[in-house]
Amino acid sequence: MDTALQASSTAPAPWGRVRRSRYVADKTLRIVCTIFTGIGAIALGWILLMLLYQGLTALSPAVFANTTPGPMTQGGGIINAITGSLILTFLGIVVATPVGIMAGTYLAEYGKGSKLASVIRFVNDILLAAPSILIGLFVYTLMVQPMGGYSGWAGGVALAIIAVPVIVRTTEDMLRLVPGSLREAGVALGAPMSVVIRSISWRAARSGMVTGVLLATARIAGETAPLLFTALNNNFWFRADLMGGVSNLPVMIYQFALSPYQNWRELAWAGALVITLSILALSVVARLLFKKDSVR
Amino acid sequence: MAEHIVSSYDTELQHLRRRISEMGGIAEKMLVDAMTGLVRGDLPLAQTVIAADPRLDMLQREVEESAILTIARRQPLAVDLRETISAIRVSGDVERIGDLAKNIAKRTVAIAGQFQPQKIVVGLQHMNDLVLGQLKDVLDAYSQQDTAKALDVWQRDGAIDALYTSLFRELLTYMMEDPRNISFCTHLLFCAKNIERIGDHTTNIAETVHYLVTGETLAIDRPKNDTSIDATLDIGA
Amino acid sequence: MSPVAVSTSSAVGKSTANAAAPIRIAVRKLDFYYGDFKGLKDINLNFHDRQVTALIGPSGCGKSTLLRTFNRIYSLYPEQRAEGEIILDGKNVLSPSIDVNELRARVGMVFQKPTPFPMSIYDNVAFGIRLYEKLPRAELDVRVEEALRKAALWDEVKDKLKQSGMGLSGGQQQRLCIARTIAQRPEVILFDEPTSALDPISTGKIEELIEQLRSEFTIVIVTHNMQQAARISQFTAFMYLGELVEFDVTTKMFMNPSKKQTQDYITGRFG
Repeated sequence: MDTALQASSTAPAPWGRVRRSRYVADKTLRIVCTIFTGIGAIALGWILLMLLYQGLTALSPAVFANTTPGPMTQGGGIINAITGSLILTFLGIVVATPVGIMAGTYLAEYGKGSKLASVIRFVNDILLAAPSILIGLFVYTLMVQPMGGYSGWAGGVALAIIAVPVIVRTTEDMLRLVPGSLREAGVALGAPMSVVIRSISWRAARSGMVTGVLLATARIAGETAPLLFTALNNNFWFRADLMGGVSNLPVMIYQFALSPYQNWRELAWAGALVITLSILALSVVARLLFKKDSVR
Repeated sequence: MAEHIVSSYDTELQHLRRRISEMGGIAEKMLVDAMTGLVRGDLPLAQTVIAADPRLDMLQREVEESAILTIARRQPLAVDLRETISAIRVSGDVERIGDLAKNIAKRTVAIAGQFQPQKIVVGLQHMNDLVLGQLKDVLDAYSQQDTAKALDVWQRDGAIDALYTSLFRELLTYMMEDPRNISFCTHLLFCAKNIERIGDHTTNIAETVHYLVTGETLAIDRPKNDTSIDATLDIGA
Repeated sequence: MSPVAVSTSSAVGKSTANAAAPIRIAVRKLDFYYGDFKGLKDINLNFHDRQVTALIGPSGCGKSTLLRTFNRIYSLYPEQRAEGEIILDGKNVLSPSIDVNELRARVGMVFQKPTPFPMSIYDNVAFGIRLYEKLPRAELDVRVEEALRKAALWDEVKDKLKQSGMGLSGGQQQRLCIARTIAQRPEVILFDEPTSALDPISTGKIEELIEQLRSEFTIVIVTHNMQQAARISQFTAFMYLGELVEFDVTTKMFMNPSKKQTQDYITGRFG
């Protein structure tokens, strides 16, 4: 013992002192992690492959040319559902973007550290995690019942309510990433806070904020539950005033996939593929945008 | 004074101080030996003085180099900067003192065996004792950072100048009495001049000590009693 | 033999301190609070016109805090407040009747890290001008060029004014920020450790620039680099624990400070 201590203080420590068990522990953890990652990846890959296979076989030009077929009919397409989804998503995002960005700006710029801001932040986080069916119910009581029927408007509002917390959160996070010294530099030049926010903070956080909006769009594009109570679905082109049901992809998939008709089930797969691909595209665009600006 | 956060900085400054006190010791000994050698005509002793000088030169170069390194490495400020600069200056003065002592020793060798008027030798010895006292005091003042002591040396140097003037007159008289005296009198005159110059170097060191401690340069002119220039005129007249 | 009378305070060259220069900023009985914590205690200090004054001291001593009172930028943070007087051109800048935005156009500030705005080089420099002046394009061009020239950046960026300011090197970004500040034609420029994030060459350029700017502006600089303070300032204030310990001509401060605390700090003896 004594000699070992002395040796270590004068001579370099000998090689090969690490215990065997450490190598084993190290390897084991690595293998376990790899296995479970593999399981997750296989599940995901399976879903995607199945979707691609089923969706691609169901896909044909007719799918994009015809409206959804009635029961016991042949063929048909999903063009009305695609258009409806586009309109609902657009409505939702148009309502949610200004609300979300303004609220996020309030939280990051004006309400820093204030009581009100922390309450809002808390509520926003709850809303972010709230089950979307709840929001559907809420809008149902708020809009569908008083207006006397399902409508695209109600659907848009329900989607907006889901999108708002996402946008609030990303906007706030992105604005918080803007260094305080940049704001101080603006203020130090004699710029009022409004100018600092508009020309400096927003500009610096722009790509992150746009990404947030895109991600919110991707999120609401695939939402089913809130639409069940609000926009519902139907097999026809929607009315110009968007009153009554508005056909849309998620609810269409839900209804068609459970139907006994072969052509309906195929259209459901086609719809699922379309929606997944568009969400994927949105995510990729969002990622590219964010990357491009954050590498400076 | 508190220690530096970086302890090697303290070590560097301490190193400078130690080297300078070593130099001071050597210079003192050289001065004593040179004078003893002159008074007793002790040639071996004179030779040791000559042999001691290279060591002093080497130490001076070493002080200069490490002071320059300290400046480059630490960018000293305030008291540290003054200390570093003072070290360069003091080591230069001490090195010159060594050179002058060596010169006395060389002259001792040159005039070996010649007649030496007792009066002159006693005068030189006295002058040397005064200068030696100044050198000791000023080196103490430097190591203790004592301005009062340094100022005292600075004031005292006037007496040396006065002694030099009187020795100068004396030697001139000897030379005029008999031209054969001129050779050794000239050597002794240079010895006196060397001692007087050593006194000047001690006042330089005194001024450096004052600067080191107070950060201010002595502004007033030092009292001087060297009237040998007038003496020449007197005799010429 | 004995040297000519030389007092350490009268150094040679262009960096000579001019204590006779009129007082531009007078700080009187200034206290500063971060909530309950007192960050500055009874500061009394004068800043001379068209001279560089350096504020030095260990981290947390209040030097940046003092700097940040001059343009009241601390008021961005509701829990911070200042009491006392800071007289600039006859007005107390701490008084509520002062328009802070006007004050900030008068008192420019350059920060530790370069803060180029996410816009073109041209727009960066024009930013401050556009806030208060509506100038025709040609005139604005002249002002932008003038500011970039004064900041010794014009030759490096004249061909890429439309490019983003974020694409410049650290040193160039900092000079861009200086250009942006002087484009507003302020009277006082505050530098908050402007070179601590820069390499030695960029630092040298900024120091050279500060020396040139001194002919036009009153400059206050916070720095952790003692040698930098010694090089570029004419006056130096040493602060410790929220108090002003010593204020004097820079040459005196760095050769022969009066207070032991100052000496200990600048020679690296602080505990």
